[in-house]
Amino acid sequence: MRDKGSDYLIFDQASGTYREDPEQLVRDDVEKHYWLHVGRTILKDWRLYVMLLPTLLVFLFWRYLPMYELLGAFKVSDQVKPVADQYFAGFSYFKTLLVGGGTGGLSVEFWRALRNTFLLSFYGLCFGFPMPIILALFFNEIRSNIARSFYQVLTYLPKFMSTVVMTSLVMMLVKQGSLTSGAGIVSQFLARLGLISQETANAGLLNNPNFFRGIYQISGIWETAGYDSIVFFAAIIAISPTSYEAAQIDGAGKMAQMRYVVLPSILSTIVIMLIMRIGSLLNIGYEKVLLLYNTNTYVTADVVSTFAQRYGLAGAQKGIASAAEMMNNVVGMLLVIGANTVARKASNVSLY
Amino acid sequence: MKRKLEVSELIFKILSYTLLTVFALGCLYPFLYAVSASISGRHAVDYGEVVLFPKDIQFDAFRRMFNDNMFWNSYSNTLFLTVYGTLWALGVAILGAYALSKKRLLFRKFFNFYLVFTMWFAAGIVPQYLNYLATKQVFNSVGITDDKWLVVIAMGMAAMNIILLRNAFENVPSEIEEAAIVDGATEFGVLSKVFIPMSKSTIATVALFFAISRWNGYFWARQMISNAHEHPLQVFIRLTLEDFTNSETMAGWNEAYASDSVIYALIVCSIVPILIIYPFIQKYFAKGTNAGGVKE
Repeated sequence: MRDKGSDYLIFDQASGTYREDPEQLVRDDVEKHYWLHVGRTILKDWRLYVMLLPTLLVFLFWRYLPMYELLGAFKVSDQVKPVADQYFAGFSYFKTLLVGGGTGGLSVEFWRALRNTFLLSFYGLCFGFPMPIILALFFNEIRSNIARSFYQVLTYLPKFMSTVVMTSLVMMLVKQGSLTSGAGIVSQFLARLGLISQETANAGLLNNPNFFRGIYQISGIWETAGYDSIVFFAAIIAISPTSYEAAQIDGAGKMAQMRYVVLPSILSTIVIMLIMRIGSLLNIGYEKVLLLYNTNTYVTADVVSTFAQRYGLAGAQKGIASAAEMMNNVVGMLLVIGANTVARKASNVSLY
Repeated sequence: MKRKLEVSELIFKILSYTLLTVFALGCLYPFLYAVSASISGRHAVDYGEVVLFPKDIQFDAFRRMFNDNMFWNSYSNTLFLTVYGTLWALGVAILGAYALSKKRLLFRKFFNFYLVFTMWFAAGIVPQYLNYLATKQVFNSVGITDDKWLVVIAMGMAAMNIILLRNAFENVPSEIEEAAIVDGATEFGVLSKVFIPMSKSTIATVALFFAISRWNGYFWARQMISNAHEHPLQVFIRLTLEDFTNSETMAGWNEAYASDSVIYALIVCSIVPILIIYPFIQKYFAKGTNAGGVKE
């Protein structure tokens, strides 16, 4: 029974009078000698802080110090001098990338890369995102545990390949033909079905910019759809059987059950996953693109990270590359934070 | 009414079995093809006669791989990076997560933000590369000239994994911790005797995540390890592929098996060990996705 009017007085039930609150005195003391208090607490629990130290150092060295190198985006690139000693270049790289000027086509290439980054993610959202949900619905239809595990194991399998192995397989399956050998087996199959011409198949599908996005999405679905369905399947099997029974008694058919029982129950999972996916629209995995693209497919395949990799690591324009990635990552960060805020508002669940 | 119900149910059941079978076979086919193509004869592979089953069986492509010292070298390098990298990352992550799970830790909010911010914003490839060059100089100056150790220490730490561990540690009942302290356990004793045994399955999951990312790591291993004898398997596969799909170097190919068979053999060799341990790790993998670090 605290008297709301005073922080210092506390109602003592035993004696029926007010007395001073000893805790408030401690709080006062902490406020007065804040840093002394901090030092004392750290000394008392010094083992905890020692345990935390390696983590802090690893993140400092390999996550935060690279951010310091981002300063290079505002400096004249120099192969020898460290970034602190380089001459200041202002926003010239950003200007070159955004509005052009200087070295001609860079701006065009940057906007193309930005557009490709967005489109590859966006198509992933349209085609790659629903697949795991559909798979989970189908898994739910299979009553026999053995059969279901069989299907699940087969569909999870591609997730365990590394990006290198996955892209190597894709490259071999749609490779170009030559004088001494035919095109990849999948290209041949598509040509025989009449979906693509024999010449297109022989030229190699990965050399054709029209096919890059398709190959990227299909290989993405192949790799992750099964594994991503775990989350949705877990949400579906958590639905109580009584919900189905109630719906059946009300005369709901299979489709009606799907519409009024299953979908509402997994809706929150879907929303969270969707929001998170939107949040990472610009954080595209560069490794896969880097391994799949080539000079012929820059038009549709070049994303900001590979653009930066090409100019900054393979070439020597570190300033331009840093500026490009910085813009991409800042916008990406805003998207992630926005998505997380929306998720928290929408369902009280947030990832961080 | 009753009949209509059954029909729609039946149709949906047939539909799901059919589509699932198609999808599952589609997932499996590239692997089956890789196996068949790696052991088929040259003409059969080059002219697309291998569709599902091997033809004119030969094992020379595998023999060539197994006789290649660089192949075994890359395998042992991958094992090195995976084992030491996982141990290092897991050790750091467990200690850090334990400290972060304690409510009495001062500036706890700040430390959490310090980790989470790296999930929101990454400096990017080029600044990271410049930073690795700088840290490499520091490493070299203290006598560590082996690129592999820099890769082990510098790479593969993930904030998400630390947060997963932290959440698991937070769920350990405080009564058990207090009991251990009353019994005279030190901070480290509490961690090793109470917290680690009680969150074994999360630790296994996180260890698996670390190990997978190490086993699959390609880009930074290729950028940072200059000596070809220290390249891990993934880099070796990619370099072989680049070499073998270059039409100039392949012009003089006159083995009895196709050059493609070598690449397929390599792909098969890199997948087989994962297939062998797959049944044992599958449940931890599924658990990891469900935990997902979601906090209410």
